[in-house]
Amino acid sequence: SLAFSFRAMASLSEEVLLVVKKVRQRKQDGTLYLMAERIAWGPEGKDRFTVSHLYADIRCQKISPDGKAKVQLQLVLHSGESTTFHFANESTALKDREAAKELLQQLLPKFKKKANKELEEKNRMLQEDPVLFQLYKDLVVSQVISAEEFWANRLGGVTNTDPAQYKYKQEVGISGAFLADIRPQTDGCNGLRYNLTADIIESIFRTYPAVKQKYNENVPHNLTEKEFWTRFFQSHYFHRDRINTGTQDIFSECAKQDEKGLKSMVVQGVKNPLVDLLSLEDKTLDEGYGVCGAQPSTSNSNRTVKESSNYAIIKRFNHHSAMVLAAGSRKGKCMMFYRETPTDQASETSSTDGNSRDSDFFQPPVKKVKLQEEYEDLQQENRPKTVPLNLKKSDRYAHGPVPLQSQQYTTSQDIINSVNYIQHEMANYKPNLTQVLSSTVATSAISALSPGGVLMQAGAQQAINQMVPSEVQGELKHLYVAAGELLRHFWSCFPVNTPFLEEKVIKMKSNLERFQLTKLRPFQEKIQRQYLSTNLTGHLEEMLQTAYNKFHIWQTRRMMRKT
Amino acid sequence: MKLNIEGLLVYFPYDYIYPEQYSYMLELKRTLDAKGHGVLEMPSGTGKTISLLSLIVAYQRAFPLEVTKLIYCSRTVPEIEKVVEELRKLMEFYSKQTRESNNFLALALSSRRNLCIHPEVSSLRFGKEVDGKCHSLTASYIRAQHHSNPSFPVCQFYEEFDAVGRQVPLPAGIYNLDDLKDFGRRKGWCPYYLARYSILHANIVVYSYHYLLDPKIADLVSKELAKKSVVVFDEAHNIDNVCIDSMSVNITRRTLDHCQNNVDTLHNTIHKIKETDAAKLKEEYRRLVEGLKEANVARETDVYLSNPVLPDEILQEAVPGTIRTAEHFVGFLRRFLEYLKSRLRVQHVIQESAPQFLKDIYDKVCIDRKPLRFCAERLQSLLRTLEITDIADFSAATLISNFATLVSTYSQGFTIIIEPFEDRTPTIANPVLHFSCMDPSIAIKPVFQRFQSVIITSGTLSPLDIYPRILDFHPVTMASFTMTLARTCLCPLIVGRGNDQVALSSKFETREDFAVIRNYGNLLMEMSAIVPDGIVAFFTSYVYMENIVASWYEQGILENIQRNKLIFIETQDAAETSMALEKYQEACENGRGAILLSVARGKVSEGIDFVHHFGRAVIMFGVPYVYTQSRILKARLEYLRDQFQIRENDFLTFDAMRHAAQCVGRAIRGKTDYGLMIFADKRYARADKRGKLPRWIQEHITDGSLNLTVDEAVQLSKHFLRQMAQPFRQEDQLGLSLLTLEQLESEEMLQKIAQVAHQT
Repeated sequence: SLAFSFRAMASLSEEVLLVVKKVRQRKQDGTLYLMAERIAWGPEGKDRFTVSHLYADIRCQKISPDGKAKVQLQLVLHSGESTTFHFANESTALKDREAAKELLQQLLPKFKKKANKELEEKNRMLQEDPVLFQLYKDLVVSQVISAEEFWANRLGGVTNTDPAQYKYKQEVGISGAFLADIRPQTDGCNGLRYNLTADIIESIFRTYPAVKQKYNENVPHNLTEKEFWTRFFQSHYFHRDRINTGTQDIFSECAKQDEKGLKSMVVQGVKNPLVDLLSLEDKTLDEGYGVCGAQPSTSNSNRTVKESSNYAIIKRFNHHSAMVLAAGSRKGKCMMFYRETPTDQASETSSTDGNSRDSDFFQPPVKKVKLQEEYEDLQQENRPKTVPLNLKKSDRYAHGPVPLQSQQYTTSQDIINSVNYIQHEMANYKPNLTQVLSSTVATSAISALSPGGVLMQAGAQQAINQMVPSEVQGELKHLYVAAGELLRHFWSCFPVNTPFLEEKVIKMKSNLERFQLTKLRPFQEKIQRQYLSTNLTGHLEEMLQTAYNKFHIWQTRRMMRKT
Repeated sequence: MKLNIEGLLVYFPYDYIYPEQYSYMLELKRTLDAKGHGVLEMPSGTGKTISLLSLIVAYQRAFPLEVTKLIYCSRTVPEIEKVVEELRKLMEFYSKQTRESNNFLALALSSRRNLCIHPEVSSLRFGKEVDGKCHSLTASYIRAQHHSNPSFPVCQFYEEFDAVGRQVPLPAGIYNLDDLKDFGRRKGWCPYYLARYSILHANIVVYSYHYLLDPKIADLVSKELAKKSVVVFDEAHNIDNVCIDSMSVNITRRTLDHCQNNVDTLHNTIHKIKETDAAKLKEEYRRLVEGLKEANVARETDVYLSNPVLPDEILQEAVPGTIRTAEHFVGFLRRFLEYLKSRLRVQHVIQESAPQFLKDIYDKVCIDRKPLRFCAERLQSLLRTLEITDIADFSAATLISNFATLVSTYSQGFTIIIEPFEDRTPTIANPVLHFSCMDPSIAIKPVFQRFQSVIITSGTLSPLDIYPRILDFHPVTMASFTMTLARTCLCPLIVGRGNDQVALSSKFETREDFAVIRNYGNLLMEMSAIVPDGIVAFFTSYVYMENIVASWYEQGILENIQRNKLIFIETQDAAETSMALEKYQEACENGRGAILLSVARGKVSEGIDFVHHFGRAVIMFGVPYVYTQSRILKARLEYLRDQFQIRENDFLTFDAMRHAAQCVGRAIRGKTDYGLMIFADKRYARADKRGKLPRWIQEHITDGSLNLTVDEAVQLSKHFLRQMAQPFRQEDQLGLSLLTLEQLESEEMLQKIAQVAHQT
């Protein structure tokens, strides 16, 4: 409260840049003030601001479209919250709004620069991590803990990791098999149907810029879209095993262009000397020497039709793979352009010959380094830096779509051996009666292991899947995540050895209580209403109770020490 | 660490050592002690090179009079450079430990293309062009012309080297190709000639096989290397083919046409010179009377293509009178050419021996054996006399004259086969005369005879005993070392059946069988779904691969594979393949994953390593038998049978298995690496095939993995890959497959190592 009064006092001496009357906020009439460092709103008849935002906290402003009945201005904050003002002065509403907007437009950029980098960082983290965002909503937006507390030990992690990896988003590449997805199906009456989706068209354009160019040239003035794609599928360009016969085909030019691109790639040669087959050998045999009869030679001149068609297929696959690879990095490059200058020209300027070597993603190894034989285990470790994988759904990556089945093969000898072993064991079995359990203990063990017994409740967990609607499950999951987060904060205070931690632990305890009151209770009531087992929250309660117990022990100790 | 190898102090520049490196050095030392030759097999990635270098350098330091030089031969330029870098590391370790600078001189030698610093010449792309251009700037008569007319261009770097470069020996140190170039630039000397000159007094020379095995080059470069040298042939599993290739000649109609042009040019030039400078020809005649030796007092730059093997006694003799004058010699060449042309006019295949050929040529055109023997040398002399700048233009005439010399020098070990057309295209006449060497020992014999110790080593030399037989030498040591492993990082699987129980094989009868092709495709598809990053697949030949790829394309198998990985395919064009390879690596690097379809015996299978994620699985589709219908091969097999008592099938299987081993071995390049080796052919399960794989692969093939279906192989692979993906740290290896000095010196460990090593 000290901070608040200070701020209230300060407001008295603040310079007011603009005052707009008759502005409604939450259906309440009031006045909007634009000051040097903040925007504020107070309800009519009161000299207190109920809304006050520092400019630095404002991410952007939005206005309602011109035709709308209500003339509004919305402020979106970095925290994700937003405030809407309704300009209600009938005659001057639009003018008022414009004035406020204009002024904000001048003011906001100034503060934007000042605006904490941290804020941006937080914002980005929330956008990219849905789990975190949910947690934020559960805890901060619902005011269980304050934003500062929430970020307190999260940002540490952010600054520790390499910020470069967050700089640009990971691009999704093109599937190598997008052409496979357009496998033709017969439609039953002597025709073929090709499945073409927007995604596939996008993939074709990205992989084969020449086709895109043709498309831009011909559609819609020469051909309809449908005609274009029909021709595409009929062309030898699509069926590369067909040898180019006609030239009237509009795609023959594409093929030529590809050919040219391929050639230029080959002529340029490779950067990595270790894969350059041309310079691998020190001294090649001169023409005319050597045993060449080992394999029938296939020179270009005397190929049969089938052979040249096979060769065309091989070339096509190499080219296709190179183009797909290049499309991935091309896109990456566009994105980087995009970040600096928001023009979409970049895609036009990037190379179209499938050569992606100038991309930032693949740096050919420096020759010198590569020449050092690498026996990393013969010397102390010296790992090269790697690019971290940026995963959206890490669990999907970790578990994969295939269930793991480990296979342990046993040879027949193994089996025979083990049978012999068991037989031997059985033959020599002698009960050791002095070491057995007493009858009562034995019965209780049996009952514990019988269906319904204490040790047989593992099945109950599975039942949750079936018994509880998924919506409740989701909610429960959120509760767990939120509770876990709070408890983490709570437990991290121990051992409490500084005044700061003392303060924090008390605050945290009240946070927990508030959580229990505002989140857990309503949930419990809800599941009760749905006649679900209250057992669901038992564990949560237990965790909270443990925390309370700890807190009480600590508190009583402190009291005792004080007295 | 400092090691004690049977009393020899060996500096080893690492903190840890593999047990097999110790055994290897032990065996190597015994070979050097015995002053004999050795055959040593040790898997790649176990530090063969550094073991060799450490021991031999230590030996040289301890017994400077016993071993004066190490000649280290490797196959490719990157490999040569790697060896020098390892050596640099060793020498740095030496000077750090002994705190004194040692006076070792070690250098790499390569062709002009890799060493030239002349701005114009070095910008040329192909080796042949560089050699030719260099010759046109450094030949002795060019330099003489420059002397009289300074505006005539010469190579400044060579002039500079010639003037002062020979007086002071190259300072001690380690010179890789780039270092030589730097040094050359600093001094303004030609690095190529500097290197060629310096190998005579260097302690260690690293260069390619050809400088010792190809008589055309060896005579030029390696003639004066000391007898007390140790020669190492690394990656020597293909050494017999290198020997054979350098001695074999093929003559087509095109060659003869070119040669005809050459002869006409010679004729015209002689005419012109006769009018202007008859004295020159007379001078040449005088020299030739005195004998070839005199004619051969060569300025190094001149002898651009020296003759193939000429026995020394010939060099003392005078050139026979019939070809002594320039005009007579040109006439002689004409006659020989006409004779060859008539031989190419055949309708059916002819096979004959060298003596038969000589008899026929004597009967038909009265050409004697003796002038034929001098043919190569005589042509060189003439080209020099006529001051012909662009020798590359005369490659056809050189080829024909080399053939003349070879065919008249060797009565055994060669065969002549004349084929009127290619087997596949019987309607198109394309006659070829193959003069083919069948005995690799001919080219390598001088090496074994001359040098004190020759070490043949590679990752795949099994079965060891065959190399001494086909190269005709008697090794004092033969050993195969396995890779000690803390975890089984290689997983050889033999897939013999498809899921539908169809037997998988690339044998001729089922080559076109759709069921086999489909199952092969299925195997690749399944693997592409479970193997991370890179997969390399090898086929038995280009034709086979092209057919399979086409049929996979038609069946839509490739499209399904593309869902998992990108596909790259080796072609017969080296530049195209390099491109595909680079893209393949890029795709592995950025996590997309890729498949490389390639060919056994192709360039990729021989020279490219697929370390770590560049090759997590190698699939060998079929057994890579050599194309057995070739007549040259049949002749060679017969020769092997008659001369060396090697059965045809044994040799063919040996040859197929060494290539298969090379292919699958590409994926494992060290102990921290891991990879699947899938042999997709039921024939691999047979003992005669399996038994010819290197020991380090063989011992991981279990009885349970001999005849798997595709599904079974997938299950085993999944299991293997999961295990291998676990973190693998140095501590896991220590004491098992990786030793500290302390561990190595313990009695128990030494015993264990000896025991493992003696299993061979």
